[in-house]
Amino acid sequence: MRSPVRLERRLEQPKWLNWVVPLASLVAALILGAIVLWITGKNPFDVYQRIFERGFAGKRAFSGALEMATPLAFTGLCAAVAFRMGLVNIGGEGQFYMGAVGASYVGISLGGSPTGITIILMCLGGMVFGSVYAAIVGVLRARFNTNEIITSLMMNYLAAIFLNYLIFNSKSFWRDPDSPQFPKGKTLSARADWNTYSIFGVNLPIGFLIAILAGSAVWVLYKRTRFGFEVGVLADSPKAARYAGIRTTSTIVIVMALSGALAGLGGAADVGNFRGLLDAKGIQMAGYGYTGIVVAALARRNPLVTVVVAIFIGGLTKAGYALQGPNFPSGLVGTLQGLILFTAVAGEILIKYRIRMTPRRSEVVA
Amino acid sequence: MTSEIAVKMTGIVKKFPGVVANDHVNLEIMAGEVHALLGENGAGKSTLSNILTGLYRQDAGRVEISGKKVEFNSPRDALNAGIGMVHQHFRLVSTFTVAENVVLGEPDSSLFMDQKAVAARVQELSDRYGLAVDPSARIWQLSVGEQQRVEILKVLYRGARILILDEPTAVLTPIETTELFKTLRVMVSEGRVVIFISHKLDEVMAVSDRVTVLRGGRTVGTVNTHETSTTDLASLMVGRSVEFNRAVRQVPADRERIVLDVRDLCAHDDRGRVALESVSLSVSPGEIVGIAGVAGNGQRELAEVISGMRPITSGSITVDGESVQSGRARSAIAKGIAHVPEDRLHTGLAAGHSVEDNFALKNYRSMSRFRILQRQKIRDQSTHLIERYDIKTPGSETPVRLLSGGNVQKVLLAREFSASPKVLIAASPTRGLDVGAIETVRERLVQAADSGVGVLLISEDLDEILSLADRILVMYEGRIVAEVEAAQADRARIGLTMGGITT
Ligand SMILES: Nc1ncnc2c1ncn2[C@@H]1O[C@H](COP(=O)(O)OP(=O)(O)O)[C@@H](O)[C@H]1O
Ligand SMILES: [Mg+2]
Repeated sequence: MRSPVRLERRLEQPKWLNWVVPLASLVAALILGAIVLWITGKNPFDVYQRIFERGFAGKRAFSGALEMATPLAFTGLCAAVAFRMGLVNIGGEGQFYMGAVGASYVGISLGGSPTGITIILMCLGGMVFGSVYAAIVGVLRARFNTNEIITSLMMNYLAAIFLNYLIFNSKSFWRDPDSPQFPKGKTLSARADWNTYSIFGVNLPIGFLIAILAGSAVWVLYKRTRFGFEVGVLADSPKAARYAGIRTTSTIVIVMALSGALAGLGGAADVGNFRGLLDAKGIQMAGYGYTGIVVAALARRNPLVTVVVAIFIGGLTKAGYALQGPNFPSGLVGTLQGLILFTAVAGEILIKYRIRMTPRRSEVVA
Repeated sequence: MTSEIAVKMTGIVKKFPGVVANDHVNLEIMAGEVHALLGENGAGKSTLSNILTGLYRQDAGRVEISGKKVEFNSPRDALNAGIGMVHQHFRLVSTFTVAENVVLGEPDSSLFMDQKAVAARVQELSDRYGLAVDPSARIWQLSVGEQQRVEILKVLYRGARILILDEPTAVLTPIETTELFKTLRVMVSEGRVVIFISHKLDEVMAVSDRVTVLRGGRTVGTVNTHETSTTDLASLMVGRSVEFNRAVRQVPADRERIVLDVRDLCAHDDRGRVALESVSLSVSPGEIVGIAGVAGNGQRELAEVISGMRPITSGSITVDGESVQSGRARSAIAKGIAHVPEDRLHTGLAAGHSVEDNFALKNYRSMSRFRILQRQKIRDQSTHLIERYDIKTPGSETPVRLLSGGNVQKVLLAREFSASPKVLIAASPTRGLDVGAIETVRERLVQAADSGVGVLLISEDLDEILSLADRILVMYEGRIVAEVEAAQADRARIGLTMGGITT
């Protein structure tokens, strides 16, 4: 009753696989998407061409891609940082909300400071909120060995409830008192509006520059520092880490806090660079935290690649919004993202294992 | 007792890469007897029983059940022939109930079958054989002893006539062991056959009718229990004193001083049971102290406790008079304790990491500046050690898991020795290595001792201990039960104490 197909662990992983497999996964996802389109009576070439035009081609489209890429780069880094240590942080979504809450608090309170300082303080606010929120998951995992997938997911729902409470069900500091009929967030002070630079006509949000900076910092942290070494050993073999005297508990908590800080930074950029207020409905609808997992998976947890992949997924997402209408399938972009995650994970297996066909009646060695 | 032959295995050969686990083994079991299979760890007991239950296929040899030749392709075939096994490691689903686990895997059952009927049948079996367990309890709620009863019930439920129990007492308390023995006697009184695997001499004497002794994959002999003694069994199990070459020591140990001092150490194992009970020992500079014993008697925990990987519940560890903090590996490393653990690839090394990273596993903190790793220093250290310890590797960046077993061990030894330790804990340092590599590792241990390191050598291989150690301690059930100077060591006596018999 054995399957004739067997997965066998590759002894050596050829370097080119690291590039070819993710690209192949992407192509596979697009082909699967095309099949879906074709079955539903759409012309896949036509649809893909429109996505490309609205998502990436031209200054306006590319500006839109960068706008979307900004929060996604942060949530992608959030997922990537945790994945690196074998922690599956699904909680980027909730940590992103908390970051937005923290940053908007700073942005509303600080009226008088110059913009530069306000941006830095908002970033700090977002990071503190996001990291504390994620650290809870880390502590639960490190101390009580609870499954971080489940706890971080539950924390997302909690964060959503908290967000709705702040804007819809209370007279909180974040809620605009002048709009009792239509509850919405209080607008940040004018100085808290983050810069967007125009380069050759393309709008480059400062948030995206911060994302590049954060991606590089994470890369250095993991590749070059003592801490990165410790994380690597812990990911490879927890027993070896214990043997070498690496502090397992605190390392897990720190990695989770760092992961949450990055999502929180994304929340800050979202508030400061784009929305200008705590938009409870808007950020829940966007679901950046979940899409960030797709970004990190396709980037194979590499922090620098994550930022680049965010542009791609960002453009795709933006095109999805822009093209919404009677002759564009509304669920298409979500479906494509799902397919990409699926093929990226399948690709990950192909990098680690090779597929072997075995003859049916083989000797059984347990 | 009838003299009908229930199981006959002749000329069984089973090879694994690098080892012959069973080398022309013969086994003959009569109906209605408890037949013990005695042998040290690695003697091939589990392999033989896995062949009998269809889990492995023999490379050569013949299996007969009640006089008929059989060929099993799976445990199901064996079960159909009435053979069931309780494995060393349980195979239960922890969130299911006892009754569900008992029926799980039955060919014509589903979990939606009549739960009541199953529970009743389980209850009936449990009463008849004195296997007290609640059919509706979930596995995770049960103690290890109770889980074992579920495994036995599972086999009985399927109507097995021949039951194999692989080291069943390893996880039991003495009282549970006595109860298990009663159960086994009830089973054989009904004409069933029990194959009882163990390395504990007194248990074998207490419960079996006949004993077959395995050593190094071969049958040493079969004896009637009432015609033998623990002493005879011990010498059968560990072998007659073969000629062994004592390692030549350049520098004798400095017995006046003590470098490692362990006092009244107590500690728990992973399951929270007592693993070490008031263990005291000392090692002098330049001395090799051997810890003999059958695996699972606290040796692993002892090594882990001394190297700071496992907290102690009471007692103390000092190196040159300075105490080592409980459960703090960094403290042990700082005090000069080197550790070559049993599980090289996943404890002593990070298998997916490069050779150079593994060399830096314990000293990476000193290979950094402002918390940034100094890659060049790490590379230089690696180049130096690869050459000095003659390690065969394609390069410094090759993952350790791609190296051969001997070279993996060399990487580990190179790192531990190059840290100029005061104390070295080596656990089964030559297990699984080929002859050449074994030679190298032993030479290195002797060199370390000659240079003044106090060596604690933990090994199941009595020959290894006899040829290397200056002094031998025997561990049994978490205690040191004997101590002898290697020069006066009597192999048979040590074998006896390893099996829990103190004279
Ligand atoms: N699946 C396996 N693959 C490789 N070697 C094995 C395997 N199972 C057992 N061995 C080796 O075969 C020998 C006998 O092992 P085993 O039958 O488990 O001994 P015992 O049960 O008497 O302790 C040992 O050297 C062991 O390392
Ligand atoms: Mg065994």
